[in-house]
Amino acid sequence: MGNTITDVIKQYGGDETRLMDILIDIQAAQGYLSDSAITQIARALGIPQVDVEQTVSFYHFFAREPRGKYAIYLNDSVVAEFNDRAGVAKALEEAAGCSFGQVSPDGLIGLFPTACIGMSDQEPAALINEVVFPRMTPAKARALVAGLKAGQAVADLAGTDFGEGQNAHPLIRSTVRNNIRLRGDMVFDRYEPGAALRRAVSMSSREIIAMVKAASVRGRGGAGFPTGMKWEFARKAPGDVKYIFCNADEGEPGTFKDRVILTELPGLVFEGMAVAGYAVGARHGILYIRNEYRYLRPYLESVLTGMREQNLLGAYIAGKAGFNFDIKIQFGAGAYVCGEESALIESAEGKRGEPRDRPPFPVEKGYLQKPTVVNNVETLCSVVQVLVKGVDWYNSLGTPESKGTKVLSVSGDCDKPGIYEIAWGFSVNDILKMVGARDVQAVQVGGPSGACIAPAEFSRTLAYEDLATGGSLIIIGAHRDLLKDVVLNFARFFREESCGSCVPCRALTVMAQRVMEQIVAGKGTPTDLARFVEWASIMKKNRCGLGQTALNPIITTLRNFKPLYDRRIAVGDDRFMPTFDLAAAVRDYDEAVKGP
Amino acid sequence: MATFVKFTLNGVECLAEDGTQLVEAAAENGVFIPTLCNYPGIPPKGSCRICTVLVNGIPVTACTTRVVEDMKVQTSTPELESFRKSVVEILFAEGNHLCPSCEKSGSCELQALAYRYRMTVPHFPYLFPKRDVEAWHPKILKDHNRCILCKRCIRGIHNKDGKALFAFGKRGDRLVINIDPETSRDVSDELVQKAMAMCPVGAILKKEKGFDVPIGSRKYDVAPIGSEVEG
Repeated sequence: MGNTITDVIKQYGGDETRLMDILIDIQAAQGYLSDSAITQIARALGIPQVDVEQTVSFYHFFAREPRGKYAIYLNDSVVAEFNDRAGVAKALEEAAGCSFGQVSPDGLIGLFPTACIGMSDQEPAALINEVVFPRMTPAKARALVAGLKAGQAVADLAGTDFGEGQNAHPLIRSTVRNNIRLRGDMVFDRYEPGAALRRAVSMSSREIIAMVKAASVRGRGGAGFPTGMKWEFARKAPGDVKYIFCNADEGEPGTFKDRVILTELPGLVFEGMAVAGYAVGARHGILYIRNEYRYLRPYLESVLTGMREQNLLGAYIAGKAGFNFDIKIQFGAGAYVCGEESALIESAEGKRGEPRDRPPFPVEKGYLQKPTVVNNVETLCSVVQVLVKGVDWYNSLGTPESKGTKVLSVSGDCDKPGIYEIAWGFSVNDILKMVGARDVQAVQVGGPSGACIAPAEFSRTLAYEDLATGGSLIIIGAHRDLLKDVVLNFARFFREESCGSCVPCRALTVMAQRVMEQIVAGKGTPTDLARFVEWASIMKKNRCGLGQTALNPIITTLRNFKPLYDRRIAVGDDRFMPTFDLAAAVRDYDEAVKGP
Repeated sequence: MATFVKFTLNGVECLAEDGTQLVEAAAENGVFIPTLCNYPGIPPKGSCRICTVLVNGIPVTACTTRVVEDMKVQTSTPELESFRKSVVEILFAEGNHLCPSCEKSGSCELQALAYRYRMTVPHFPYLFPKRDVEAWHPKILKDHNRCILCKRCIRGIHNKDGKALFAFGKRGDRLVINIDPETSRDVSDELVQKAMAMCPVGAILKKEKGFDVPIGSRKYDVAPIGSEVEG
């Protein structure tokens, strides 16, 4: 009862930097975080209540009020909308007897929208109490609610049509599918657990870093920072305590590769972290993974246990004296910005995910102010294969500036959405052919923070030197209303996900969404289009990548699809405001003079 | 012993103590860099972005940047000045700022900067947010309409035990500053006064006291913002 809170806090040693774990566990036990829970947590940790509230209210999966025995989070991403999300939402509302944002009168079912949950190849998808329901239809939605009302367990309602590979593992048992359509030579190639670590311990940390540098491994999260250089900075940074983070917070709408890699090859990722630990001189690894993937937790924990038993984690790893490294899993609680490395670190420290000012960089002062390396899931996989297969092999793949392979998350209007591991240098056209896409109007490369490109650019190649990308490709068919179905959705997404710290990002994401709504409603003006360009340059001065790229959906479509805007712009005198509704403005007066 | 470094400020070679915050180093050399979230003596946060300058050609916030040898700093270009004006205008359009009825009028940094940048009417769409005036606290009045979420109070105001009185709530355009009922329970008049003075706008007010100094003879009524540095 009341002891839950005390017990949970004791379990985490009364450590306020574990606030995320504490809140996740208490919410799991009590359903939501009540006022009295907040007060108790604050007292037990010896911190102000407002500081607890600060963290709680930042993350959208933390609930300050009951969200129903079954909180149904229905993804509202672009791809979900493409696949009749509206129909599913309507069916859920009718069956549950409440609207989105509400809980049914009997307190049984709550309906909430949520940003992309990493299931873009099987949308619309919903999350219910940590169980994923992919490929929803209105009929399935009605059956689901009926089942919940009849008292069936959520896991039973999900069914036993488990996805391929490890999705059917007894510790996962999920109907989520991998949809691996193309296995490349690196991530999804054969992998012998422990081979990289055995190789690593025969080398010095300097030699490993030299090897990673020689292979010119670059970060796969999108920015493409040279991995060897990052490791070297952290290795040289003063201090005995250092950290290796694996960033598995993939929240970029349309991206789901990390989910599949962590389902099929978590050992590969963990081994990459251990190699990084050896190279940098770190003993602690943290997998920061988004809350949406919580269904993988028991499985991932079991893989870690197995690795400890095989001496691939823990002390004397691979028989090397002094090589001690272990990994813990840190869950997020719903915030896209936490994919930014310094926001991720803040979150792991139990705070709101607000990006930090740089310098200092995380490699100098990161987690708990200690030197910290944050690497993408896929980057860590690359390093393992570089160690096993060698620098020459790695450099034989890809283009001059982009070596190795890239795992793509392909979704949207095509026959075969899913995971494709390609060598860098494929053109967009090659990919469209491969995935069975016809009548393509546009491709969103790299998610909303990337670029929306038109057919004229489909001959461009995926590479750091051309179209750099974290690997998400959303294909938009000719029949879609690009501005309404895509751009406006992304504009809402960024407004929703801004941390609010930088003035331009906090305000202009709202203003841009409003103006975009007006344009879609046919009430935009040519001035509005000029404004967007000016606003985008203001946004470039925000602190983090989210803020700097938040207007990209608008700016890149304005550049590549200008006629779509022009067609919607109200013609006429630009000195008048098309948004002004005379009838509405004088309604009160009209009613008053008309009398009852 | 303090070490001094040479750096270039708008093309002029200057000296400053190694590691001095750029805002201060510039001020010591007679160059005013406008700030809103920065406040002397509290850790900088770089969130209003108005102090953005070019360091070796790259835009950075001067409040979070420390001077090092040979740094080339440009504090004023047409683009930077236009950006600063935009930040001020955005803040006016984002909140509900009614200067004539505000206790801080004349000593408000946002208002003073609006004069400096000759803001006439914001070029950004007004958001007219619905915000509260929070008056439950016996000594502090928090007018969220005026709050620019600069975090000065969060970073700079602590009770005797070193605990914060203020913290953020929520995120994005729903961001708000909350007052802690417990840590602020026995807040002294002096600390409330300090919080009010630290607030760049009129969002934190001390109850039962107002308009001590008549409008017209307040800080920026007497001398415009920046004049203390620029002379």
